[in-house]
Amino acid sequence: MKADSKLARTLAAGNFAVTAECGPPQGADPQPIKDKASLIKDTVDAVNVTDNQTAVVRLSSLASAVVLKRMGLEPVLQMVTRDRNRIALQSDLLGAAALGIENVLCLTGDHQSFGNQKNARGVFDLDSIQLVHTAKAMRDDGVLVDGTELESSPALFIGAAANPFADPLGFRVIRLAKKVSAGADFIQTQCIYHNARFEEWLTQAREEGLTEKVYILGGVTPFKSARMAKYMKENVAGMDVPDDLLDRIKGVPSKNQAAEGIKMAVETIQWLKSLKGVAGLHLMAIGWEEKVPEILEAAGLTPRPEV
Amino acid sequence: MIVGDKKPLAEIRDSLGSARRIIVVGCETCVAECAAGGRKEVALMASALRIAFEKAGEKAEIIESSLDRQCVYQFLPEVGEEVASADAVLSLACGAGVQAMARFYPESIILPGLNTQFIGTTVEAGIWVEDCSGCGDCKLAFFAAVCPITRCSKRLLNGPCGGSSQGKCEVSPDVDCAWQLIYDRLSTLNLLDRLKAFVPANNWSTSHSGRPRTIIREDRQV
Repeated sequence: MKADSKLARTLAAGNFAVTAECGPPQGADPQPIKDKASLIKDTVDAVNVTDNQTAVVRLSSLASAVVLKRMGLEPVLQMVTRDRNRIALQSDLLGAAALGIENVLCLTGDHQSFGNQKNARGVFDLDSIQLVHTAKAMRDDGVLVDGTELESSPALFIGAAANPFADPLGFRVIRLAKKVSAGADFIQTQCIYHNARFEEWLTQAREEGLTEKVYILGGVTPFKSARMAKYMKENVAGMDVPDDLLDRIKGVPSKNQAAEGIKMAVETIQWLKSLKGVAGLHLMAIGWEEKVPEILEAAGLTPRPEV
Repeated sequence: MIVGDKKPLAEIRDSLGSARRIIVVGCETCVAECAAGGRKEVALMASALRIAFEKAGEKAEIIESSLDRQCVYQFLPEVGEEVASADAVLSLACGAGVQAMARFYPESIILPGLNTQFIGTTVEAGIWVEDCSGCGDCKLAFFAAVCPITRCSKRLLNGPCGGSSQGKCEVSPDVDCAWQLIYDRLSTLNLLDRLKAFVPANNWSTSHSGRPRTIIREDRQV
């Protein structure tokens, strides 16, 4: 059974959904993620909890998701296939459901060489699409990936990611289609800076009928500074930051760059809202959670609808 | 071929311990082809060891030898006398050759002189690339003869991750994105439709992940 999560209900009701992101701390004390969560509580429909993002060891995403849930937020549990094989992933899906976590985002994950455990063995037993497929089989057919029957099925709302900016461009919509037919209920995209390319991807997706089958939430990350924009452009895998955007934030004095970054993010959100086939926003204000309410208010997305 | 490269001399010196009569044994098959463990490299290694011992003011005798294939027992008796007389054998074969020697000469100290790297191809002079992981279930027919298990850093079977950029892998600009290569080849062969198929969870039990593998063929047994 598809989980009747708040995120699922929000999307089903046709509201422009809003998710944000909280990265767990690099320690055992959950207070930092609680602090982040309290900054965005009530301003978003659900919060993604990242799974050892950029391959840096952090408080586990499942434990952090439970912490957020206890605070009254709705988590989206991110799960990467980099660190766990199918035995652990399926076990964690059951565990998540048992703890009342309903939304999961199935990812492959950044390569281990990016993180702080560079000598680790990457698992990659499944890829993200196979994980989506597995989660769907567990939920809808009550079976594990090999066909073994479960005693009870997890209710899940299954998500996957899409990066319209990666290559080869001709494969990006095929890959989206594969995620949808594998069982993705919603898609959260990579941070959008190159609007034209996003529209090109979205148009193709619409033509393939995919936007009718899956909810697409566009990813937005505000720049805090020109330095961050430059870093994203040059150092972050899968990121496409056009020169004119970089020039725009570089063109304002340092002390005004944060405000300009927020203005640019709000403009992107307004534009996203106008696009046919975009069902919501995934706001990744990395290390800048305190600005989430301000951005959402400026974009006319608060208060969140009751569903 | 199996591609290897030379271990650092200091590591080799360390592994030799107190051995002072040393036989360096090359292998004339794969590791000779990749210029890591053939007759020529045996000579270079032996000279390097002689110089190192001499510099340290120590006396050592380094014997040079090479076999057609260290991974096939029938070639190994050739060096029997030298092995028996040596304190240690420094094998410049791949890991299989080193272990074959150790099985064949159970009383001798057999040490590796190479780091065995991968099953690969010489793509141009001096450049070798990894092409095969020996997964035990070859899928090259489906993937237009580009192996995603070996050549994709995440072993993805359903297409490139979000880190594929301008033909390169997110891990390093020196690594080609295997999925870009698969895409390009399927495109050339007019087989792009194949990419739409969902490739289910892989069966890794045929690979080393299952267990150390053995092939038994009765038609070849005596």
